[in-house]
Amino acid sequence: MTDLLVLNGLQKHFGALRATDDVSLSVRPGTLHALIGPNGAGKSTLIGQIAGTITPDRGSITFRGEDVTPLTLPQRARKGLGRTFQISSLIPEFSALRNVMLAVQARQGSSFRFWGRVMADRSLTGPAMACLERVGLADRARVPVSDLSHGERRQLELAVALALEPVLLLLDEPMAGLGPEESRKMTDLLHTLKRETAMLLVEHDMDAVFSLADEVSVLVYGRVIANGPVAEIRTSAAVREAYLGEDA
Amino acid sequence: MDNSRSNSFLRSREGVLTVVALAVLLAAPLVAQAAGQTYFISLASRVAILALAGVGLNLALGSGGMISFGHAAFFGLGGYVAGAMVFHAQEGGQFLGLLAGTQQALLSWPLALAVAGIAALFIGVISLRTSGVYFIMITLAFAQMFYYLALSFPTYGGEDGMTLYERSTLGGLSVSGDLPFFFVCFGVLLLALLLCSRLTGSRFGAALMTARQNETRLATVGINPFPVKLTGFVISAMITALAGVLLVEQNGFASPSLLSWHRSGEIMIFVILGGVGRLIGPVLGAAVFILLETVIGGYTDRWQLVLGLVLLGIVLFARGGLVGLLAGRARHD
Repeated sequence: MTDLLVLNGLQKHFGALRATDDVSLSVRPGTLHALIGPNGAGKSTLIGQIAGTITPDRGSITFRGEDVTPLTLPQRARKGLGRTFQISSLIPEFSALRNVMLAVQARQGSSFRFWGRVMADRSLTGPAMACLERVGLADRARVPVSDLSHGERRQLELAVALALEPVLLLLDEPMAGLGPEESRKMTDLLHTLKRETAMLLVEHDMDAVFSLADEVSVLVYGRVIANGPVAEIRTSAAVREAYLGEDA
Repeated sequence: MDNSRSNSFLRSREGVLTVVALAVLLAAPLVAQAAGQTYFISLASRVAILALAGVGLNLALGSGGMISFGHAAFFGLGGYVAGAMVFHAQEGGQFLGLLAGTQQALLSWPLALAVAGIAALFIGVISLRTSGVYFIMITLAFAQMFYYLALSFPTYGGEDGMTLYERSTLGGLSVSGDLPFFFVCFGVLLLALLLCSRLTGSRFGAALMTARQNETRLATVGINPFPVKLTGFVISAMITALAGVLLVEQNGFASPSLLSWHRSGEIMIFVILGGVGRLIGPVLGAAVFILLETVIGGYTDRWQLVLGLVLLGIVLFARGGLVGLLAGRARHD
C-alpha cells in the first residue's frame, strides 16, 4: 500500500528562523498520524505548507502519488485535502448550515450558478444538515456563526471539513480552547471519524493524542526528532526530555 | 426553510420597506402627472437611474467587498457608447470606424453593456490582484484614464461633450415622453433588483459573499476566489453602465463629467447612505441624495454640507445605513 501523504525534505525559513527544517514524513491510508511538539516547533507552518497556504523553500509534498507542491490551496482542496484551523476560520454572517453548504457546493464543483436559491436546494441543505448532525450541531443549524460559542465553532470547523469528504483531513489543534468535557466529546467524535478518513492531527492534548493516534511524529525546532507508533514514542527517552517533561 | 424564503423576505421588515420604497417611487411621477408638475417626473427618473448605478456598485461593494472607486468609468462608458450610437445615427460616421449609428435601443444598449463589460473584465483582471486601499486606488486610476480619454476624444465633443437631439426608441416604442421614459427606468431598476436578489441567494452569491467575509475559507473549501470576484465585478459594472446609458438618454447629453471621480464618489454615497449590501439600500440612498439636492439645493448652493452631515450621522450612528435604521440588522439564513 502506497503512502497517502509523503513529505520529502521540506524546508521553510522565515529570515533566520528555521520553521521547517528538512522534514520528511509519511501518512499511511486509514491511519491517524499525530504531530506533536512544543510551542513554536513549527507545527502550524507545516500544516500550512501541506494545505497550500505557505510555500516551502525546498522539498516536495506528494499526495495520493501526485506531486502537489506547485498546486494552489483550492486545487489541493479539490484533490481531497481538507483542513481545520487552529483559530476558527468561518463565515461570520452565515448560519452554521450555510457555512457547511458552501463546502457541499464546492465539492459538487458548481459555484457559477446564478439564479437558483441555495436555501431551496436540497442537494445542498441535505448533505450539509447531515454533517451538522454528525458533529452534534443540528439543533444550531440556523444560528449565525457570530452567535455560536467557541466550542460550537470548533465543531462547525470540523463539519465544514467533513462536507468536503476529504481523503486526508488536516486538523490543526481541534481541541484548542475547549473545556475538559468538550475535549472529550471532540475526541470521541474523531474516534468515529477515524474509520472513514485518514487524519494528520496537530494537538497539545496528550490524552487525546495517545488515545487517537496510530503513529506519532515529534517536531522540535522545525525538525522531526522522533517518529513511530504511539507506544514507542510514549516511552522514548529523547521525546520525554525534549517535550513531554520529567513527569510525563 | 425551502420555498418559503422569498415569501418570508416579503413579510420581513426589510421586505416591507423594499415594497413601500418602490411603490412610492412608482407613485410619485403619477401624482406629479396628475398635478401637472411634470418636472417631478424627470426627477423620479433620475432617482431610478442613479439608484440603478448604486445597485450595480452594491453588488461589488456590498456583496463582494470590492470597494471600487472607479465605477464612474463604467457609468460613463455605457453612457458614451449609447450616446455615440445615437450621435452617429444623427450625424453619420461610424462608432470606432466599425459600426454605423442606430437609434434602436435594443441594439445600442446591449452594445454599451458589452463594451462596459469588456472594460470591467480588463480592469478587474488587473485590479483584483490587489486588495484594500490598493484596490480603491487602482480602480480610481483606471476611471481617471477613461475620464481623460473622453476629454481628448474630439469626435464626441472632447470636454464640451456631445448633444443628442433625440432619444433612442425601444423596439417600435417611443420613449420621448417623460412618463414613458420613467417607466423604462423603473422597469430596468426592478429587473436589476430582481437579478441582484437572485444572485445573492444563489450558489454564486454564497461564494461571492464568502469572498468578502473570509477569502481563506473560500479557498480552503476548494473555490478559487479570483474568478468569483471577477465575475461579480463585471456584472456589477454592467448594471452601473446601464444606468449611465439611461442618464445620457434622459439628458440627451454626454460629457466627461459622467466619468469624473466625483461620480464614483456619488455612487458610493448612495450605497453607504442606503445601507451597504442591502437590496433596497441604493434606492433609498439615491432618493435621499436627490431630495437633498432638490430641496436644500433650492435654498443654497452649499446643499452638500447638509449631505455631508447626513452621511456623517449615518456612518456614525447607523452602520447599516437607512435600511439598517428602518429594518434592523441584515439577516442571512
